[in-house]
Amino acid sequence: MRSAVIVFPGSNREGDVVRALKQAGSDVQKVWHAEHELPKGTDLVVLPGGFSYGDYLRCGAIAGRAAVMDAVRAHAARGGLVLGICNGFQILCESGLLPGILMRNANLKFICHRQFLKVERNDTAFTKAYVQDQAIDVCVAHGEGNYTADVETLKRLEGEGLVAFRYCDAHGHVTADANRNGSMNSIAGIYSDNLNVLGMMPHPENLIEDLVGGTDGRGLFESLVSSFPRAA
Amino acid sequence: MKARVTVTLKNGVLDPQGKAIEGALKSLGVDGIAGVRQGKVFDIELETADKVQAETSLKAACEKLLANTVIENYRVELI
Repeated sequence: MRSAVIVFPGSNREGDVVRALKQAGSDVQKVWHAEHELPKGTDLVVLPGGFSYGDYLRCGAIAGRAAVMDAVRAHAARGGLVLGICNGFQILCESGLLPGILMRNANLKFICHRQFLKVERNDTAFTKAYVQDQAIDVCVAHGEGNYTADVETLKRLEGEGLVAFRYCDAHGHVTADANRNGSMNSIAGIYSDNLNVLGMMPHPENLIEDLVGGTDGRGLFESLVSSFPRAA
Repeated sequence: MKARVTVTLKNGVLDPQGKAIEGALKSLGVDGIAGVRQGKVFDIELETADKVQAETSLKAACEKLLANTVIENYRVELI
């Protein structure tokens, strides 16, 4: 599998996600935001976490309109895989690739802690290495992760099974206490209509080593790599 | 020509920052505040002197970048 990790001014988790992708067996190239094309043969585009353009205007607003995003939109329209993590999720919402928006956390605090997520479905390119309804132990670090959408969008996401992950407790129970940023329906991540674009606030790329306390994040990258035949 | 663009949250969109400011005003003893909603103001200098052309540019600026119309409304004033 060939991955392209897009780097914007202010991205800061690109190194972590490159490491997670390589560990899972992907070829990885970093791509600067001013490029108009993705590297030939790109299977997966990753928009990493960070604070692109210093979160000026709205989180992800300026990056969402960067030159490279036209190529990312074209890649997604062809059915190519796109993963946006944290600021990457905000960029996906701002660029129109995913519906809704990430608002300021309801308690106005930047939250940074370990977080369990319920895997809502394990039949996508992103989650097949997980078990249905599994509670995976990853982490969150954001000030604007409060997922908000209008009633109809929310109904559509729920009705069509497009919610990827929800904030939950260690037993997989989706509780109000586990939803620390105030997201509607405890949404931590969503898919596009044809399940090839995933945006999520939590950081699976930071829980891939026992050394740092857990490996539950690996499944996401292993799922992606296993979707592609090994290069000869 | 100059313009002022005001971007505000749509009715019904929760505004935790506005709420926090409202709370701060209360704790400062400022009376008579029933509610606060926070928005943004952009003062924009235009190259053109043509009103219609200016309005077209400003509408494009708002729709493409300045406002996220999922949650925000915008208002354009030429000054």
